Amino acid sequence: MLTILFDGIAYGMLLFVISCGLAVTLGLMNFVNLAHGAFAMLGGYCAYVLVNLYGVPFFASLPVAFMFAAMIGLLAERTLYVHFYNRSHLEQVLFTIGLVFMTSAAVDYFLGSQQRFINLPSYLQGRFDFFGIGIGKYRLLIILVCALILIVLQLILGYTRFGSRLRAAVDDQRVARGLGINVNWVFALTFAVGCGLAGLGGALGAEILSLEPHFPLKFMIYFLIVVSVGGTSSITGPFLASILLGIGDVAGKYYAPRYGGFVIYTIMIVVLVLRPQGLFARGTSK
Amino acid sequence: MNALETIGLEKRFGGIVPTNDVNLKVQEGARHALIGPNGAGKTTLINLLTGVLKPSKGRVKLGNSDITDLSPHRRVSLGMARTFQINQLFADLSPIEAITLVIGEREKLGANFWRAFGSDEKIVSETKAIARQFGLADVLHERTASLPYGKQRQLEIALAIAAKPRVLLLDEPAAGVPEAERHEILETVAALPKDVTVLLIEHDMDIVFGFADRISVLVDGKLFVEGEPKEIENDPRVRAVYLGERTDD
Amino acid sequence: MSSLDTAKDASNVMTRKRSWHWLEYAFWLAAAASVFLLPSQHALLTQIAIWSLFALSLDLLLGYAGIVSLGHAAYFGFGAYVAALFAINFTGEPVTGLLVAGVAAGLLGLVTSLLVLRGTDLTRLMVTLGIALVMYEIANQMSWLTGGADGLTGMPVNPVLGFFPIYFRQANSYAYVLVVLFVLFVVAKRIVHSPFGYSLRAIKGNPLRASSIGIPNNPRLIAVYTIAAAYAGIAGALLAQTTPVVSLTYIDFQRSADVLLMLIIGGTGYLYGGIIGSALFLVAQKFIGNITPQYWEFWIGFALVVIALFARDRGLFSIVERIAAWRKRGAKP
Repeated sequence: MLTILFDGIAYGMLLFVISCGLAVTLGLMNFVNLAHGAFAMLGGYCAYVLVNLYGVPFFASLPVAFMFAAMIGLLAERTLYVHFYNRSHLEQVLFTIGLVFMTSAAVDYFLGSQQRFINLPSYLQGRFDFFGIGIGKYRLLIILVCALILIVLQLILGYTRFGSRLRAAVDDQRVARGLGINVNWVFALTFAVGCGLAGLGGALGAEILSLEPHFPLKFMIYFLIVVSVGGTSSITGPFLASILLGIGDVAGKYYAPRYGGFVIYTIMIVVLVLRPQGLFARGTSK
Repeated sequence: MNALETIGLEKRFGGIVPTNDVNLKVQEGARHALIGPNGAGKTTLINLLTGVLKPSKGRVKLGNSDITDLSPHRRVSLGMARTFQINQLFADLSPIEAITLVIGEREKLGANFWRAFGSDEKIVSETKAIARQFGLADVLHERTASLPYGKQRQLEIALAIAAKPRVLLLDEPAAGVPEAERHEILETVAALPKDVTVLLIEHDMDIVFGFADRISVLVDGKLFVEGEPKEIENDPRVRAVYLGERTDD
Repeated sequence: MSSLDTAKDASNVMTRKRSWHWLEYAFWLAAAASVFLLPSQHALLTQIAIWSLFALSLDLLLGYAGIVSLGHAAYFGFGAYVAALFAINFTGEPVTGLLVAGVAAGLLGLVTSLLVLRGTDLTRLMVTLGIALVMYEIANQMSWLTGGADGLTGMPVNPVLGFFPIYFRQANSYAYVLVVLFVLFVVAKRIVHSPFGYSLRAIKGNPLRASSIGIPNNPRLIAVYTIAAAYAGIAGALLAQTTPVVSLTYIDFQRSADVLLMLIIGGTGYLYGGIIGSALFLVAQKFIGNITPQYWEFWIGFALVVIALFARDRGLFSIVERIAAWRKRGAKP
């Protein structure tokens, strides 16, 4: 029972790390980025190639995966995404679905369509017993890393100049511009970091999330659930939503494998219909 | 008899109260103007009257019926129409299509999905009459987005009139119209049928005093004074409010 | 005085938009001729016609009412399953099956529209996507009824109206599908040129103004959503009647995305976009997709990005227009 809870939390943490960038894109620029999962996948494959084909240690591959996804994200943002900020949601959807198809096909072409596993170091395999709870070492690592990221993110957002600029830009873009904040730059950087985190999450969670070319499409709905249920006005909303979703999904697969997906999608619809701003959004609407 | 009345109307957004205990009475057939400095809550009030916003407190009455809980389109069918300060038109439709659409909705034919749109000659001839009245006869079939601004402004009012309202809310009809085309709009407003009650929300004092027979002044969400144009013109408090306003305009 | 001086003339200008252009006659004549002239392509043409109908239904929603749906396959798949189950349990007469599927999908559309129309367009996107996912899960889980992942087989297909056999007869089957497409196209054309259709354009163009000239926005949108769902359901039923198995792919995300792409390729808001788009899509798929499926997915993605970057309402045609305009400007500096 508690093991399921533990696994669920690990899963939820991963979802959070991957989708927090999406929350910012959606909240900051009102941009529907269905291709966010593609960056997670790229990070995952980056780590896979490094570890399995070049023998790079797993831990060393994580920062590389982050940088790789972040650079590609920055490049994509400056060259492509920037043209879509003031377009309709339909055009954003078409564009980002197109990106998903292209990355999936490219990955399939270069690396094959089968599911890939990253060779984990032996000390991360297996589980140990902690007061009767079976704890997987790998999942424990995920929780620790993700918790660390969460804390760092909170600190950056709460206590740095960049954080306050970002919050200003989220609250009111026009006013932020008026205050001399370079919103474009803030956004590009945030977008890159968001992609980097997604890439890191993809690398870290390759084992749990099953790394294969259709990853972005398969998990798209999960990331969207996190941001739509959690809201985009804070970082805690998506975090809580991720944890709930993670636990719900793991428990659902365990106890009611047949109805898990059904229940989660239904809950998403209900939340969207009743609280379009998200379950954990602040009371005011814009 | 009041054509339009609000009773203790109030709207809150968090800590801000843009409409605060407003009791407005607009007499049938009146040419009533609502004035007030920027940020006085004029636009919020008109949105409350037309049902775009729901009030936090208070009632709105159109004639004898309480319309507080009705949706915007129901208010139109009960005889209330409005224009917008910033043009709200159908960019892809032509004036004749837009006006025909309004009349069709008024005649309860709007849900018909089998007849050809524009095939009802009675509606079309009324459309043409309205278009002539508002100086749109020569641009009937142009795309609205390509019309000159002055014509768009005329169409803005024409759409409201096509709904045959008993009460018409005009939100700064001359806003943004270049000096040269201004008199056209003002003539249009002056020529509105006498049986239509008009509530004019306006910024420009010349327009207000040239048009209104009754004036209400809104300041900080509250009705400040109400009276004949003469009284308002000579009211020192109003002057104070407006002199303060004029300087930062 | 201009020729538009009488109400009759003005009325004619408006109603003329509903009448048929000679190109349209030519198109439908060519389509009819293909039944006799292109026997080797009937399988492909049947697919094109079915997808055309599906895309047409999405056009009613997106092109006229401005509702973006990422889950339109929900109604397509529902219609297909209903048609198949109806045929298995009651009668295999195809037209009856279409009607039943249309009504059922329409009802589903009516009910779900209440969920879809509550939010802004972003929430609408998510809710349409969610509804399709839920439908997929339901179809997957109720395998005793739907066959689950194995699909539903053994659906009887009797002669149409009792005298026109289509079962395993490619030409007849194509003719049947084409006639259904044509009839529903004519109906759709009437709908979009009716007062109801114009009120949808108004709501799409400016919902605030639409409600303030007395248009009840939500009831109109619910109505068009229901109609579009019924159309999609009939398209699904057609596919069920002309293929041996109804499977989960009828209802998956790929299908929702494909139909959106087809419509966008062909362009929205003039009814032919879905037909042109699905024809281009399926022909291209036949050629490129035969080489390697991976390439196909890549080019589809590429097409989406390019269209999103450059095209507006008229799909590929607006790219052509743009290039033409650009060359013109280049010619006289």
